[in-house]
Amino acid sequence: MNVIYTDSLVIGGGLAGLRTAIATKQRGLDTIVLSLIPAKRSHSAAAQGGMQGSLAATIKAEGDNEDVHFADTVKGSDWGCDQDVARMFAQTAPKAVRELSTWGVPWTRVRKGPRSVVINAERVTINEKDEAHGLISARDFGGTKKWRTCYTSDGTGHTMLYAADNKAIECGIPVHERKEAIALIHDGSKCYGAIVRDLITGELVAYVARATTIATGGYGRIYSVSTNAVISEGIGAALPLETGVASLVNMEAVQFHPTAIVPVGILTTEGCRGDGGLLKDVDGYRFMPDYEPEKKELASRDVVSRRMTEHMRKGKGVPSPYGDHLWLDITLLGKEHIEKNLREVKEICEYFLGIDPVKDYIPVRPTQHYSMGGIRTFATGESRQLKGLFAAGEVSCWDMHGFNRLGGNSVAETIVAGMIVGEYVADYCESESVEIPMSVVREFLRREDAKITAIIDRTNGEDVYELKYAMQKIMMDKVGIFRNGEDLEKAVQELEALVARSRSVAIQNKIRSSNPELVEAIRVPMMIKLAACVACGAHARTESRGAHAREDHPERNDRDWLKRTLAIWKNEADDLPTLGYEDLDVMKMEMPPGSRGYGKAEIIPHPDTERRVKQIEEIQSSMPDVDRHELQKAIMPYELPEKYTGKNERIGVGFE
Amino acid sequence: MIQAKDGRTLKFHIFRYNPQLEGDEPKMVTYEVKEAPGMTVFIALNEIREQQDRSLQYDFVCRAGICGSCGMIINGKPDLACRTLTSKFKNGEITLLPLPGFDLIGDLSVNTGTFNRAMSERVGTWIHDEQAAEKSLDELEERMDPDLADEIYELDRCIECGCCIAACATKRMRDDFLGAMGFMKVARFHMDSRDKRSDAAWYEIIGNDEGVFGCMTLLGCEDNCPKDLPHQTKIAFLRRKMVGVKV
Ligand code: SF4
Ligand code: SF4
Ligand code: FES
Repeated sequence: MNVIYTDSLVIGGGLAGLRTAIATKQRGLDTIVLSLIPAKRSHSAAAQGGMQGSLAATIKAEGDNEDVHFADTVKGSDWGCDQDVARMFAQTAPKAVRELSTWGVPWTRVRKGPRSVVINAERVTINEKDEAHGLISARDFGGTKKWRTCYTSDGTGHTMLYAADNKAIECGIPVHERKEAIALIHDGSKCYGAIVRDLITGELVAYVARATTIATGGYGRIYSVSTNAVISEGIGAALPLETGVASLVNMEAVQFHPTAIVPVGILTTEGCRGDGGLLKDVDGYRFMPDYEPEKKELASRDVVSRRMTEHMRKGKGVPSPYGDHLWLDITLLGKEHIEKNLREVKEICEYFLGIDPVKDYIPVRPTQHYSMGGIRTFATGESRQLKGLFAAGEVSCWDMHGFNRLGGNSVAETIVAGMIVGEYVADYCESESVEIPMSVVREFLRREDAKITAIIDRTNGEDVYELKYAMQKIMMDKVGIFRNGEDLEKAVQELEALVARSRSVAIQNKIRSSNPELVEAIRVPMMIKLAACVACGAHARTESRGAHAREDHPERNDRDWLKRTLAIWKNEADDLPTLGYEDLDVMKMEMPPGSRGYGKAEIIPHPDTERRVKQIEEIQSSMPDVDRHELQKAIMPYELPEKYTGKNERIGVGFE
Repeated sequence: MIQAKDGRTLKFHIFRYNPQLEGDEPKMVTYEVKEAPGMTVFIALNEIREQQDRSLQYDFVCRAGICGSCGMIINGKPDLACRTLTSKFKNGEITLLPLPGFDLIGDLSVNTGTFNRAMSERVGTWIHDEQAAEKSLDELEERMDPDLADEIYELDRCIECGCCIAACATKRMRDDFLGAMGFMKVARFHMDSRDKRSDAAWYEIIGNDEGVFGCMTLLGCEDNCPKDLPHQTKIAFLRRKMVGVKV
């Protein structure tokens, strides 16, 4: 039997995985990272625009702090998020930015004195303070009150990933590349590691660990067009689903990014609009102010994507052989700005579209971009069902984003989650004495081996690419930006049929070692199950919240739907997931549900909301002399690893 | 915008060899693909794999020219396949070979990962500062000159694709030659005020024939770098610096 032992096994070598691994390694634990690819190639590198952290150095961020970041995040989530987690995040994010600075990220810095920027289509001059000179700068992003998105040009994710991977190399953390975890080893209550397939030799190895952390990113590739990397197929999310015990949550919460290029779906960063870029229609008309007079192009992503779609439905799209699109106009930012701060965007335009964004408009359309849902965990990152199983980053749902994620909050989450969850993983490894039941390990190895043999031996069966495309098309056509009961019902039925068909996949290339078709044959059945979770969750949720927009239920219904959708796959023979629900407790919220301030708010209130608002007012008036930190603690106490609880310093206000 | 020169039939001549398969021999195989508007080598290869040969191996991750996975020799030049439009090749003939200088995994897939990690360990591609760990994350970060930050980013844009390694004649003759990717890393960390290594420490790493003195400055690296890193200026700079180090 092929077995590798370690303390902390991390599946996924992107930012969340690497940061978790660094945390456990620094706590003295033996740590191994598994990755499909060299870690520096992970999809984290594609985060262009930046990472939110309330450092408040630029003048346009004056007055920013954890409270404002927290409030933006909760509002952005359409009150779907876990407010404890949003607090943990907002508190730790500035430290994460600063830590990455010591690890080498060349954050763009503030330059004192006047500088010319574009705000609401006009050139204005802002004056940066002398005392801010050389500190980490920030740019504007959608749905935020302050300029809070720290960046390095538009290659932020790349520089962060390189810094984190270099740190991991410095720490001597082995990254086992070209390895794919294909099953978790567990006994129904505890996780003991994973069965891993070597993508070159085809060999199966059991990686046995005290704690296993999944950090594999999103599942955008269940859609035909996605901004996600081609490896973002969601297998990390599918692994717990396959256990029949661990749950996924809010899988229907899928984000569509307003500005991916047409037709290939490559992202152009939100920084384009943050820096002053505009959206225009077939007539060259700037339409967003008509829909969202206050935030315009910088409304939350879900809002902008819907408005764009509405506008195209009115016949205002630009026709093309690939369907209608709109224009992103960054020409007004000028050559110098584009070549310095939006150069990846420029390269993408040149290579994939043959245009120069200094002079030409960019064809864009809302495109699948982010998975808010994922593996259900506690705020510690640990699975609620399987001990010893943790998740961090996009694949997880400790629930920081609820039903819509703010731009700049995902790449920030990866690293913050790694910092926090990594500490809890280390605590777990130190406290639990784990008896590894080797018979269980053996049985899982045997089972996975038998599955692969069955796929290879099957002479007549389903074509894996055909199944994949069918699934992707269903998701595109019926589980998109705007959803309705009728289409969703069809989607569920069609996916149900695909789940059944995916049990008899057969392949043409019958070798066990490196074999791209076999990889697909292992993955696609799991992907279809994920797709079914998304569609079922969306079908059942008869309200609109954040990115989940039901045309037949346009209101946000806090009374009946202030809850998370849970999905488990009870039996292998099931063709659909089993859904369950978990209530959000309004009486524990620091910010009771309110309006996000977009369009006309249709909200059916939760019966507790008014009571909680009163209660908070009482707490506030009973403590007139305390500072914001004390008050926050009184309203919603939350836990965080000790090392991250220190107050964050900012210019002008110190540690206030 | 993408102009459709639809309907052309492209001929892909692709290197095929699977070292995992006993008895397999390296060979070139030709595949025909109908060109679609905006088609990239990435799109064409996927089509070939799905419709003609399920065993074809290659690496793509971001398909957006930013992750460095898809370096290969395209009609004689190392380049990123994902952002190479087929329309670029007027006669419709496209020859694809794996990047030389790296271990072959199969067909067009090479193992850049182990190579790059070894390079990283050799150069020490991280901030060397013994005091760094003691810095409080609560306090204001250390200030940095805004221009310096921008200049570091210029070099930090390297995506470790390996095109410069594949294009380097010296590297091909001498396996232990650090190569341009490594030089760019040295230049990047050398410039970074947060990295406390002295020139003498850098000399230990590149002050020899496997390092910057072995470079013949033929600049295959700069000509083929998809991120337009300033190889020539930086290699010349490092050389001058290293010549000046007293040992
Ligand atoms: S220096 Fe350029 S060619 Fe060389 S690895 Fe980096 S990006 Fe690729
Ligand atoms: S200048 Fe020539 S020898 Fe030197 S690293 Fe570049 S390609 Fe290699
Ligand atoms: S696939 Fe990422 S650079 Fe080509």
